[in-house]
Amino acid sequence: MKKLMKGNEAIAEAAIRGGCRFFAGYPITPQNEIPEYLSWRLNEVGGAFVQAESEVAAINMVYGAAGAGARAMTSSSSPGISLKQEGISYICGAELPCVIVNIVRAGPGLGGIQPAQSDYFQTVKGGGHGDYHMLVLAPATVQEAVDLVYSAFDKADKYRLPVMILGDGMIGQMMEAVELPEMVDVNALAKKEWATDGTGVGENRRIVNSLYIQPDVLEEINHKLFAVYAEMKKNETAVEEYMCEDAEIVLTGYGTVARIAKSAVHMLRAKGIKAGLIRPITLYPFPDEAYARIAGNGICREMLCVELSMGQMIEDVKLSVNGKVPVEFYGRVGGNVMTAEDIVKKVMEGR
Amino acid sequence: MAKLSFNKPLCKGCGLCVTACPKKLLSLSKTESNANGYFVAVIENEEACIGCAACATMCPDCVIEVER
Amino acid sequence: MAKGFKKTKMLTDTPFHYCPGCTHGIAHRLTAEVLEEIGAEGNCVGVAPVGCAVFAYNYFNCDMQEAAHGRAPAVATGIKRVHPDKIVFSYQGDGDLASIGMAETVHAAARGENITVIFINNSIYGMTGGQMAPTTLEGQKATTCQAGRIPELNGNPVNVAEMLAQLKGPSYIARVGLFDLKHVMEAKRAIRKAFDMQINKKGFAMVEILSTCPTNWGLNPIDALEWSKNEATKTFPLGVFKDITKEEE
Repeated sequence: MKKLMKGNEAIAEAAIRGGCRFFAGYPITPQNEIPEYLSWRLNEVGGAFVQAESEVAAINMVYGAAGAGARAMTSSSSPGISLKQEGISYICGAELPCVIVNIVRAGPGLGGIQPAQSDYFQTVKGGGHGDYHMLVLAPATVQEAVDLVYSAFDKADKYRLPVMILGDGMIGQMMEAVELPEMVDVNALAKKEWATDGTGVGENRRIVNSLYIQPDVLEEINHKLFAVYAEMKKNETAVEEYMCEDAEIVLTGYGTVARIAKSAVHMLRAKGIKAGLIRPITLYPFPDEAYARIAGNGICREMLCVELSMGQMIEDVKLSVNGKVPVEFYGRVGGNVMTAEDIVKKVMEGR
Repeated sequence: MAKLSFNKPLCKGCGLCVTACPKKLLSLSKTESNANGYFVAVIENEEACIGCAACATMCPDCVIEVER
Repeated sequence: MAKGFKKTKMLTDTPFHYCPGCTHGIAHRLTAEVLEEIGAEGNCVGVAPVGCAVFAYNYFNCDMQEAAHGRAPAVATGIKRVHPDKIVFSYQGDGDLASIGMAETVHAAARGENITVIFINNSIYGMTGGQMAPTTLEGQKATTCQAGRIPELNGNPVNVAEMLAQLKGPSYIARVGLFDLKHVMEAKRAIRKAFDMQINKKGFAMVEILSTCPTNWGLNPIDALEWSKNEATKTFPLGVFKDITKEEE
C-alpha cells in the first residue's frame, strides 16, 4: 500500500527499514525532518539517536558506530556537509561503511535554504583531503530516494565505504506517494569481522585506523581503495536514458532537475524537435559510457546540461562526450529553480 | 630476597627507576648499552633488594619485572 | 615464587615509541592494569587520539579505533551507543582534548556519556615539536611563545578538570600526577574509580594526568617530574573535582 510521505521522512523510514540503527546529526534546514523522525523512530527499533554538538561531532560519532559494526547514518545540508568533510575522509581511509544524506541548499557560504545542486564537485570529486571517492546516488523522486537509501546500507557494507545520497531541498520537502520496502532483519546480516565489537584480544583485536606512516604501505592502501572504486563502477553505475534513440538534442541533468528536463523533452517533441534525456542515477561512478555511446550514435547533434549550479556536472559530461558533440549549459542558482519552459526556451535559442 | 629482571632492549636509560629505588640499588650502566644506544638500568647489589617494585612502577617502558 | 610485578596482559608486546622518561608509558600501563583488574579483556574498545599517543592502538591489547584530531569523545560516543555493555575509553592529550576537541569533550561530558576519558596534560604539543598548548603555563616557553607564555599575547591556560566539574553530566573528575611512587599509585586508584563509574553506569568520568615532556621542556626526565610536581601543580592543582558517589553518601 502506498503512503503519502514527505521526502525527508520517507528517507528516514527507508533508512530504518534498510537496517540503520545509529544516527547522529545536527539541525540545519532543509533536512531537519530526518533527525526529527529518527529521534523517536530509532528508539522503536532498538537503535540509538544522538543529537550531536556539531556536524563535525556527528560524522565522528558515525565513524565510531560504523567502526563498531552498526549500520550508521548522518544527514545534513550543504554548510553542514562541508563540516563533515574531515570525517568523511577518515571514514574512507578507515574503510568504514555508512550512509550520508545531503539535502543540498544554495551556497557558497551560509547561502540560502532553497534547493541547489552546487555541491556536485564537493561530493563526487572528494570534498575532504586525500584520494577517495564515495558511491553517490541522486534520487529524482521520493520513491527513488526511498529505494536508494534502503539499498545504500547493503552497498556501503559490500564496498566498505560511505554512500552519499545527494538530494536537494525539493526532494526533502515535497510529498509523494511511496511504497515502503520490508524491514531488514539486522540480526541476520553478516557479522563484520573487522568491526571493534570489544571482543578482540591479542592477534584477534581489530583496529579501525587511517594512519599509515610508511609510504609504501599507504600507496598500497590507495591502490586498494581505487580497485574497490573500479569494481563499484562495473557493478553499480546507473543511468536512465529517456527517448535518446532518435534524439537530436539530448538534455542531461540529475535529481529533481531531471524531472523538469523530462517535461521539457515532451514539450520539445510536441514542437517537432527530437529531444531526449540522460539522467545519471549514480553521480560517482559517473555513467560516462552512456554519454559516449549516445554522443557517438550519429543521431545526437548536441547536448544541453541542465543544473542548479553554475556548471559542475557539465565537466564530467564533457569528459565523457570527449568532443563528439557540443555540450551547452543552462543553470539557475541561488535557490532558484528553472521551469520546463525555461529549458525549452534555451533549446529554441539559435534555432 | 627479590629478583629483578630487565627487558634491556626496551630500556631508554631515563633513570626514573634509579630515583625511585628506596635502597639506591639501581644505576644506569656506564658501559652497557642496548641496540638503540641507551645506557641501560642495572642493579648492583641484588641481595639488598626488598622487592618493593617502586622501580617497575615508575618505569615508563615496562622494562622491569620483579619476583619475590 | 609469586611474581611481584609483571607487565599487564592488557598491553601488547609492542615497545612504546615515546621519548626516554616520558610518562605516557606510565599512564598507558596504569590504564591497562586497571582494564585487567576490572576484567575488560575481550570486553572493551579504546579510542586513540592524534598527538604523541596516536599509536596507542598498537599498545592496548583490545579493539581500538583511531580518531581524527580531537574527535575521540564523539567516536567513543558512537561506539558506546552501539555497544552499551562494553567498556569504552578514550586516551587523549591536551592539544587533542582541550583545544581542537574541546567541543566534543564538553558535550560528551554534558551528555553524561558513559565513557572513561584518560586525559594526558603535559602542557605542550609534543608530537609536533613543542608548540604552545591550551595547557601551557603562564611564562612557560614553547616554540610558538618563545619568550614564555604571556597571557596578554597568548591567552591563558585551560583548567579542564575544574571546568568539566561544573557540568551536571560527569560522575567523576580528578586530576592526578605521576611525580613519584605515591602519586602513581594514587593515579591508578583514580583511573580505577573512573572505570568503576562506567561499569556502574554513572556516566562520563575523566582523569586528568599531569604528564611530562622532557624532550620539549628541555629537561632531563627526573627534573621534568620535579617541574611537573612543583610548577605544573601551581596552575593545575591535584584533586577530585567531582565525585557523585561522594555526593550521594
